[in-house]
Amino acid sequence: MSIPLSWYLILSAALFSIGLFGVLARKNAVAILLGIELMLNAVNINLVAFWRYGTGSIAGQVFAIIVFAVAAAEVAVGLALIISVYRRRSTVIADDLDLLKW
Amino acid sequence: MTFWNDPINLIAGWLRDVFMGWGMTAGLANVITSLIGIIVMILFAMLIAIALVWVERKVVARFQDRLGPNRIGPFGIFQPFADIVKLIIKEDITPAGADKVVFNMAPVISLASVILIWAIVPLASKIYGVDINVGVLYLVAVGSFGTLSVIMAGWASNNKYALIGAFRMVATMISYEIPMVVALMIPTIIAGTMSVKGITEAQSNLWFVILSPLGLLLFMISAIAELGRSPFDLNEAESEIVAGFHIEYSGMKFGLFYAGELLHAFTFGGFMAVLFFGGYGGFFGLEKLSAFTWLSNPFIELVVFLVKALIGYWIIMWVKYSMPRIRIDHMLTFNWKFLTPLAFVLLMMTALFDKLLAPTQFYVVGMFLSNVVLAWIVIEILRRYSKRERVEHEKNAEPVIQVAHH
Amino acid sequence: MTPDQIIFLLCAALIVSSALMVVTTRNLVHAALWLVAALFGVAILYGLLQAGFLALVQVVVYIGAIAILFIFAVMLTRREKRDKGPQINQNWMISALLAFLTFGGLTYILSSWDGFSKTANALPTGVDTLMVLGKALVSPDAYVLPFEVASILLLAALVGAVFIASSSKE
Repeated sequence: MSIPLSWYLILSAALFSIGLFGVLARKNAVAILLGIELMLNAVNINLVAFWRYGTGSIAGQVFAIIVFAVAAAEVAVGLALIISVYRRRSTVIADDLDLLKW
Repeated sequence: MTFWNDPINLIAGWLRDVFMGWGMTAGLANVITSLIGIIVMILFAMLIAIALVWVERKVVARFQDRLGPNRIGPFGIFQPFADIVKLIIKEDITPAGADKVVFNMAPVISLASVILIWAIVPLASKIYGVDINVGVLYLVAVGSFGTLSVIMAGWASNNKYALIGAFRMVATMISYEIPMVVALMIPTIIAGTMSVKGITEAQSNLWFVILSPLGLLLFMISAIAELGRSPFDLNEAESEIVAGFHIEYSGMKFGLFYAGELLHAFTFGGFMAVLFFGGYGGFFGLEKLSAFTWLSNPFIELVVFLVKALIGYWIIMWVKYSMPRIRIDHMLTFNWKFLTPLAFVLLMMTALFDKLLAPTQFYVVGMFLSNVVLAWIVIEILRRYSKRERVEHEKNAEPVIQVAHH
Repeated sequence: MTPDQIIFLLCAALIVSSALMVVTTRNLVHAALWLVAALFGVAILYGLLQAGFLALVQVVVYIGAIAILFIFAVMLTRREKRDKGPQINQNWMISALLAFLTFGGLTYILSSWDGFSKTANALPTGVDTLMVLGKALVSPDAYVLPFEVASILLLAALVGAVFIASSSKE
């Protein structure tokens, strides 16, 4: 209870930036998805911190739960797509997947 | 509060006074007392694990019509110590090409995931680690650490058999998590709280097994699958993949996996007792009579809980040593086509009847009968389905011996 | 330094260092395991924020399902056992610059908000957060509609993922 809100916000901004770096700078498609997961977690920390330090509406926690569901759905479909691409092209390096058909 | 009525709080208060008498602040004394409490609880759990090694070997011997260990000590009770010494003096091998950090961390995480459960197990009304209000969800969360440790062990061993065993085991564990979560929801709905201690106290008049026997069956089946014991022990199918994901582990690392598995089975036996059989209490209101108030004594409750947990563990062992192993595709079909729909139907039915019948006096009879009706319907559906399969199979079958007509 | 602050600083160190290892390590299975460490740190943070239910749901959903999905996907999409070559593509300097600018920008914008440094009020006693959350998720004048839409989304993702990942021969 003696932790100011700024600590949580700075932590979530840092985690978001690290995730952004992961998405932009990695070659492997699965590694890009790992970066996206980090960004989603940063957003969730922000939401729950605002619920705690706010005026008492439960909206922060509800939004965080919806983000959990969306992240799970997105990871499932994203990984299914990556596995399907790997079956066809035998590669998941994002740089090599730049043509629709050859 | 005397020692016999409230042992843990008395000892904790005395320790705190001792520490503050040594000049520490109240906060630090609290932290150190809690640490000592944690260590005592872990010691208790590990001592039970040591005793379980002997129990397991004697019981499996009797099931297989032989005597079991009886050389070391009377009835072989010092056998676990011989096992421990053997495991400690074995050579500690890390296979070449294995991922050293992950390889060494996997058994630690596996045992940690089991010991973490003991933080919420209510041993008596005044002896427990902590009473969080989402205890049932904590059980599921800690199980996911076990899944992680299996896949870490399988991948880090640099061995095809280990990887196949780990994949099968993880497929089993995550598939059977769903019926287990639903089965855990059933006592939650009936008791109205997710806290494990609250569920135990809601059974002080009536055990939940009478209100929902199908829930107990569902929990037992999915718990046995989560543990990775027979008939779901694809990961250590000795005739197929030679001990599965812990094939490369020798010495005390294997000991950690082994002790963790036994303790996990006992913990699930304990949870069967807590969630459905009344836990440390559940004397049908008997302890309120003046002649029986000694039943609320923490030590008596501890003994009652341990007896019930041992009975639950014996049932799990009974299933293990009586049934053959089932195939991986049968296992997944059983889960996704039978157990999960049954679990959801049971959950909806329990919630509906709980809401409808709660104010009336038909509650107990209604819940029990609804379970019986659902079980009967399920058995009928299974019977029709298997009869149809058998008819179709017999239609396609060719005669074995060609009958000569002349 | 109160114990809360010490726990928060340790937790933040765990999260940030694990996240850095996720985005820089070469071995992808190690990256997935570092993600598990980061997610566990976030779960501890939820516990600190007194959202215990969310902490456990984080462990169950993220570590118990999503991280394991990642490990499986990494194992199923690799050509040889060791990852050869660098895992960072050639834009990494601009990406690092962009990440720093994002972090700086977010911190600057937030610090000019006057509620930035407030400390938390005590939670109102006698209110069971879990009950409030449960009621809010199913009551018609609260959040039942997003809840139902999320469940339809999960159903669509389930069917879609099974269909996409199944082999195309049948």
